[in-house]
Amino acid sequence: MSAAEEVVAEGHQAVEAVPKRAMTLGTGTSLAVLAVLLVAPVFVKNFIIFQMTMLLIYGLAVLALNILTGGSGQFSLGQSAFYAVGAYTTAVLMEHFNVNYALTLPIAGVVCFAFGFLFGQPALRLSGVYLALATFALATAMPQLLKLNFLEHWTGGVQGLVVTKPDAPFGLPISQDMWLYYFTLVVTIAIYIFSVNLLRSRSGRAFMAIRDNEIAASAMGVDVALYKTLAFGVSAAITGIAGSLGAIAVQFVAPDSYTITLAISLFLGMVVGGVGWLPGSIVGAAFIIFVPNIAEGISKGLSGAVFGVLLFLVIYLVPHGARQIAIASKSGS
Amino acid sequence: MELFTNQVLAGIATGAIYACMALAVVMIYQAIDHLNFAQGEMAMFSTFISWQLMQWGVPYWAAFVITLALSFVGGIAIERILFKPLAKAPVLTNVAGFIALFAIINSSAGLIWDFTIKQYPTPFGSAPFLGSQLISTHQAGMIGVTLLLLVGLYFFFQYTRIGLAMRAAASLPESARLVGINTSWMIALGWGMAAAIGSIAGMLIAPVVFLEPNMMGGVLIYGFAAAVLGGLSSPFGAVVGGFLVGIFENLAGTYIPGVGNELKLPIALALIISVLVVKPAGLFGRHIVKRV
Repeated sequence: MSAAEEVVAEGHQAVEAVPKRAMTLGTGTSLAVLAVLLVAPVFVKNFIIFQMTMLLIYGLAVLALNILTGGSGQFSLGQSAFYAVGAYTTAVLMEHFNVNYALTLPIAGVVCFAFGFLFGQPALRLSGVYLALATFALATAMPQLLKLNFLEHWTGGVQGLVVTKPDAPFGLPISQDMWLYYFTLVVTIAIYIFSVNLLRSRSGRAFMAIRDNEIAASAMGVDVALYKTLAFGVSAAITGIAGSLGAIAVQFVAPDSYTITLAISLFLGMVVGGVGWLPGSIVGAAFIIFVPNIAEGISKGLSGAVFGVLLFLVIYLVPHGARQIAIASKSGS
Repeated sequence: MELFTNQVLAGIATGAIYACMALAVVMIYQAIDHLNFAQGEMAMFSTFISWQLMQWGVPYWAAFVITLALSFVGGIAIERILFKPLAKAPVLTNVAGFIALFAIINSSAGLIWDFTIKQYPTPFGSAPFLGSQLISTHQAGMIGVTLLLLVGLYFFFQYTRIGLAMRAAASLPESARLVGINTSWMIALGWGMAAAIGSIAGMLIAPVVFLEPNMMGGVLIYGFAAAVLGGLSSPFGAVVGGFLVGIFENLAGTYIPGVGNELKLPIALALIISVLVVKPAGLFGRHIVKRV
């Protein structure tokens, strides 16, 4: 049996084992990155602040996929569906029920957790390409479901919903964009710390044991079904929160913003950042936000081709993503 | 009952498209063990080449054969130039490579031939087939070609040296190398054949869906679904899967109220997933037993 065939049979060796210690940045580097993220908005224009907010939001969504694929070894092309559920939960709560935007985030997280956990049940039977197809089906179905007639009263149908952008609280003298950026930053940091600790915990070790060898994991007493669905739930919850933040930042939700294209971008972000390396999520997010713009800048007509060529360049140079650079620089110093 | 028969017939007709594509998908899956996301775009590009040849005055069948040859060579070239360097990279990185290839081909085709919809000729004509309004002679011809391809592939893999070598290289690369098979070239050959079969699929589909750079988007999804439903290791399963998906899709559109065109795809996919939950290796796939 070829190595690749085993991948399909098992669906897990597709993701290489990442040493636990290599999963995070050092304290010094983390603080430096944090300082840059904290200070940068003061010096740039509102539009760039908006882009940085989106960077954090996509970073969260890529992080969620990283926990699912890099952590538990399950593959998903359906992340856009969870993102959409989160975004719509926030939009509906804010516009129909006047719920405070900050309160909608945990609600979206819980709704998406339940959704992901339930979706994880049938997905348990599938692995590898079959799981990819199942999640893919979810992603293609989601925009159509959101357009359904009897939901139109709540979702606004094809038109979507407009979301009001919150003002900075306590009369802080900063713009809406900047407030939203810092709000997103706080949420992102909290979720990042949660994720790092999750992967270091008993549950995280269970995820990784399942990823590396499902049979061995179950022989050692890991409840494979529980932890696999749990990974789906956690990943969906984080993606959902990212979706909520996205809805607030973009001020608009519509079914066609959450197509399979979004899921594919998130997947590319994960590969570019390095599968299973959580800090890489932000690098991956930067790639999927900025590289298409750069490609468009190089050639309007051929932007897709330029993007493809750039993507090829990246995966030739660093097949293991940004993680490879980090590890190389660590062992070099 | 008549409505039912008619819908099944119409389903078989569209199913032929999916079967064709699924065959190409399975072909490359056998050779490289990945689902190639750029497969549809490769087929689309080949179809454009044949269209261009016909615009230059080459007759249909000559253009057909030239395109087949060009696609075969092109498939091999793509493998040698773009994917051989990634042979040692992780699987997910390879998948990212397919997505990159997708973007490159789609955007180049758009630039060369622009995004307007073009008519594409059919060699079989489009009169009703045997007096049935639902299947045209073109669709009947398409089903015929798909079945012919299937038989051809069966003999190729079962009885020719090179077909056997390809199977050996895919299932046990180490041992295949030890008996002197050049496994690396077998993979390239698999790409070439997949590209050639894809180009046949493209040229048969184009008269139905019209020729444009995005023509394969929907078809490829159904092709994947069909291949997975039939079991990725079986070309026969892929063809059966293709017809089943076509029939599913049509019946769902007719009998489930409120479905319409928009929800046909999700429902077809949901059905396929239900089948997979019961039979995880697909209908005709070999269940891979792993030694612990």
